[in-house]
Amino acid sequence: MNATLQDQSALPIHIQSLTKKYDRLFALNAVSLDIRSGEFLTLLGPSGSGKTTLLMAIAGFNRPDSGSIKFGDEEVILKPPHKRNVGMVFQSYALFPHMSVAENIAFPLKLRGIKGQESTDRVNQALATVQLEGLGERGIEQLSGGQRQRVALARAFVFKPRILLMDEPLSALDKKLRDQMQIELKNLHEQLGVTTVYVTHDQREALTMSDRIVVINDGQLCQIDTPHAIYNQPVDRFVADFIGESTMLPLTRNNSGDLVYIDQIISSKNSTSVNTEALLVIRPERLFVINESNIDRENTIVFNGKVKEFVFQGDTAFVVLSINETDTLSFRFSTDAAAADNYLQIGQPLSVGLARHNVIVIPKDTNQ
Amino acid sequence: MSIPASLVKESGINEQSLLRQSSREKRLLLSLATPAVVAIVAVIVIPVGWLFYLSFIGGDGQFSLENYQKMFKYKSYARAFATTFQVSILTTLICILLGYPLAYFLASLPSRLAGLFMLTVLLPFWTSLLVRTYAWLALLQKKGIVNELGLSMGLWDEPIKLVHNMTGTLIGMAHIMLPFLVLPLYSSMRKIDRDLMQAASNLGATPIQAFWRVYFPLSRSGMVAGSLIVFILCLGFYVTPAVLGGGRVIMVATQITAILENQFDWGAASALGVVLLVATLVVLFVATRVFKLDVALFGNK
Amino acid sequence: MQWFNRPVSDTQITQWQRMWLYIVAAIIMLLLVVPSFIVIPMSFSNSQYLEFPPETWSTRWYETYFESAKWMRATITSLKVGFLTMLFATPIGVMAAYALYVSGHRFARAVFAFLVTPMIVPVILIAIGTFYAFGKFGLNNTITGLVLAHTVIAIPLVTIVITSAFRNYDLDQERVARSLGASRIRAFFVITVPQIKFSVATAALLSFLTSFDEVIVSIFVSGGKNATLTKHMFGALRDYIDPTIAAISTIMILVSTILLLITQFFGKKSS
Repeated sequence: MNATLQDQSALPIHIQSLTKKYDRLFALNAVSLDIRSGEFLTLLGPSGSGKTTLLMAIAGFNRPDSGSIKFGDEEVILKPPHKRNVGMVFQSYALFPHMSVAENIAFPLKLRGIKGQESTDRVNQALATVQLEGLGERGIEQLSGGQRQRVALARAFVFKPRILLMDEPLSALDKKLRDQMQIELKNLHEQLGVTTVYVTHDQREALTMSDRIVVINDGQLCQIDTPHAIYNQPVDRFVADFIGESTMLPLTRNNSGDLVYIDQIISSKNSTSVNTEALLVIRPERLFVINESNIDRENTIVFNGKVKEFVFQGDTAFVVLSINETDTLSFRFSTDAAAADNYLQIGQPLSVGLARHNVIVIPKDTNQ
Repeated sequence: MSIPASLVKESGINEQSLLRQSSREKRLLLSLATPAVVAIVAVIVIPVGWLFYLSFIGGDGQFSLENYQKMFKYKSYARAFATTFQVSILTTLICILLGYPLAYFLASLPSRLAGLFMLTVLLPFWTSLLVRTYAWLALLQKKGIVNELGLSMGLWDEPIKLVHNMTGTLIGMAHIMLPFLVLPLYSSMRKIDRDLMQAASNLGATPIQAFWRVYFPLSRSGMVAGSLIVFILCLGFYVTPAVLGGGRVIMVATQITAILENQFDWGAASALGVVLLVATLVVLFVATRVFKLDVALFGNK
Repeated sequence: MQWFNRPVSDTQITQWQRMWLYIVAAIIMLLLVVPSFIVIPMSFSNSQYLEFPPETWSTRWYETYFESAKWMRATITSLKVGFLTMLFATPIGVMAAYALYVSGHRFARAVFAFLVTPMIVPVILIAIGTFYAFGKFGLNNTITGLVLAHTVIAIPLVTIVITSAFRNYDLDQERVARSLGASRIRAFFVITVPQIKFSVATAALLSFLTSFDEVIVSIFVSGGKNATLTKHMFGALRDYIDPTIAAISTIMILVSTILLLITQFFGKKSS
C-alpha cells in the first residue's frame, strides 16, 4: 500500500440523461449512470456503440448535446478538460516524444506548480509504482510497448486525480503482455483506490478487471452488473451473445404457462420473470457428457443428439451436437491425454446434461 | 436494467448552455482562419473582382462587351491563347516524359538514398525561377555552351538558334515545371503497396504486364495531379516565355502586360485575364471531375 | 559482377535489365541541377560576355554589384519584404491550418480550398489586379503593398506544409496534455509546436523565398526606391545580358542551397 499516492479520496460520478447526436444518429441516447466512488467500472461494447463517446464526455473532449455529469456534487459538464482534474490514458498512449520519461510524468505536476524535490520524489514514486525504477532519463523512443503503457499510466495518476479514465489502453499490446497488464492494472487500482472508468471491446478483459461492467450498444446501456452477474444472468440477447460463447435454443410454453424445450420444463411459470417468448442460453463449458453413473435426473436437463462436429483445441475439445433438424448445441470439455484422439465419432449418439442452476432464460426480443 | 429507447425531451438538462459553449468554440476556432481569409479577400477576391467589372466597361465608360469582342477582332489575342495552350500542353507532355521515369527511379530506391537524390529535384524548386531562366539564356545563346559543345563534337555545323524562340521557351518551362510533377508523382508511387507487384508476378504477369496493369494505374492519380499543377501554372506563366521566347512566343500573360504598357487599356487587359482565369477554372473543374481528384492533392507539393 | 544480376524489383528484374532506367534518371537529374550551377563559373569571368569556361578570371561583376547603389538598395528591399512576408505569412498560415485541421467543421474543406486559391489564380491576374487596386489606395511602390501581396501568395504554401505536418502528428498528445491540466493554448505551444517546429521552420523559409524570388507582382507593384531585386534583374535580362546578373544569381543559388540543406538536415534529425 502506498499512502501518499492515496491521500485524496476517490469521487463518484453521476451521469444523467446524457445525449449526443451525430447527424441523426444517437451516439448516446439519454444515458444515466451512477459510478461509485473508488470502483473499477468498464464500459464494454462493440465499436460504434458509444462507449468511447461516453468516456470522452466524462473527460471533457466530447461535448454532449444535453445532460449532466457530476463529480461528487460538482456539475462539470461545462468545464473544459484541463479543469476537470481527471487522469486519462489514451489508446495511443500519446507520450510526448520531445520529453524524457521523467519529464513526461512531471508534466502534470509542473502545471500544478509542483517543482523541485517534491516533483522528483513523486515522479520516482510513480515510476516505482509502475515498476520502472531508474528509467526516468530514458527517451520515449527507447521504450518497449509495455513500458510506454506504464509511463502513460504513471503520468495519468501522478497528480493524484480522483478519477482515472482509460480508453482501450491495452489494445496495442500483444496477447501475453496484455494478460499480464490486466492483472497489474487491477492491482494498481486497488493500491490507488481511485474511481476508474475503463473502455474496452474485449469482453475477457472486462470480466477480468472490473468491479462492475456496463454493456453498451447503440448508444444505450444494456446492463450494469458485476462480471459474475453479467455472465450468468444476461438480461437480453445482445448481452448474452456479446459476453462469452453461447448457444440459444427457442423455448415454448405448455398449457400451464411453464417454459418448455422438447417436453422438458426448463423454467416454471413462477420462477421466471420473462413473460414473452423466451430463449434458453447455454454456456458451452456448463454442459457435461452424461453416463449412467453421474446422472441426477431431478436437477439436470438432458439433451439427446448426434455428434455433428468435433474439434480438438488443446486445452479443450469443442463439440457441435445436433438435437433435431433445426437446433444444434455446442459445448466444450477438458481434454485428457489418455483418451488419445478418438474421443468422439462424427454421427455417434450422445447425451449431454445441464444442471438446473446453470439455466439462463432471456426474452427472445432484444428490443423491448 | 435496460433503459427504454426513450423519447428525447424537448429541452434536455444543460442543453442551452452546452449549445452556447459549442458555438462559441466553433467561432473561436474559425476565427483563427480569419486573417488568412481576409488577406486573400483583400488581395485576390476584391482586385480580381474589380478587373472582372472593368472588363465589362467600354471605352465610353458604359457597360459593354466590346472588350470581349476584341478577342475575335484582333488576331493577336486569339493567337496568344493558342500559343498559351500550345506551350502548356507541350510543357506538360515533356514533363511527364521526363518526370515519370525519374519519379519511378526515385520511388524504387531505399528511402535514405531516395532522399539524397531527391535533392536534385528540390534544389531547382528552391532556386529562383529568374536565376534558372537566366542560366538557360546563358546556356542556349548563340555562343553558349550548348552550341559550342555541339559544334566541337560535330553534331551540327553552324550555331543553331536555341533561344528567343519556342524551343528555348519549352526547354526553360520544362526545367522549371518538372519538380511540380515529380513531387506528387513520387509520393503517390511511394504509397503503392509492393506486395501488389509480387502478387501480380505470382499470378503469372510478366514484369511489363505487371507494370502496365498494376503499377501504372496506381500511380495515375499522382501523375494526373502533377500534370494538372504543371498545366495550370503554365497557363499563367510570364517570366520564362518573356525572356527565353524573346518576343516570338507571346502568351496571354505577355499579351496582357503588352496591352497595359502600350495602350493602357485596362478593359481589354482585364477581359483577357478573366478569360484566362475561366479557362484555368474549367481545366481544373473538368480534370477533378473526370479523374475524381481532390483539392487536397495540392497538399502534395 | 554479382550486383548486376541481383533481382531488384518485386517482379525479379535484375539491376542489369534496369540499367537504362538508371542512365535516363541520371541524365534527367543532371539536367535539373547543372544549368543553374553553370552560372557560378560564368560569374567569375573577366569578359563582358558570358563565357564558359571563362578565359580570364575576375571578381569584377561582384564588385559592380556590391558597389552599385541601385543593386544594393534593391537587395535590401527584397530582404526586408521577404523577412516581413515570412513574419506575417507563417503565423497566419499556421493558425489557419490548425483551425481547419482541428475543427473538423463542415466548411473546413471549403475554407481550405479557398486558402489555396492564390496558387490557382494566374499570377499575372494577381499582379495587374493588385496593381490596379493598390493604385486606388496609394499602396503601389510601397513596402506595405508588396508585403501584403507576397503574404497572400505565401499563405497557401504555409498552410499546405503545416497541414501535412498535422497529418503525421497524433492530436491525442494535445488532448492528453489538456487532461493533465494544460489549457488549449498552453497545450498547443508546449506540446504541439515543439513537434511541428521543423515544418514551421520550413514553411517560414519557403515563404521568405517565395517573396524574395517573386517576379511578376514585384514588376507591377514595386518601383522607385522600393523596387525589388527581381524587378531590376528582370529588366536587365530583357534588355541585354549583364554579367552582373550572373554574380547575383550565384549568390541567390548559394542562399537557396544553404536554406534547402538546413531544412533537410533538421528534417532528418526530427524524423
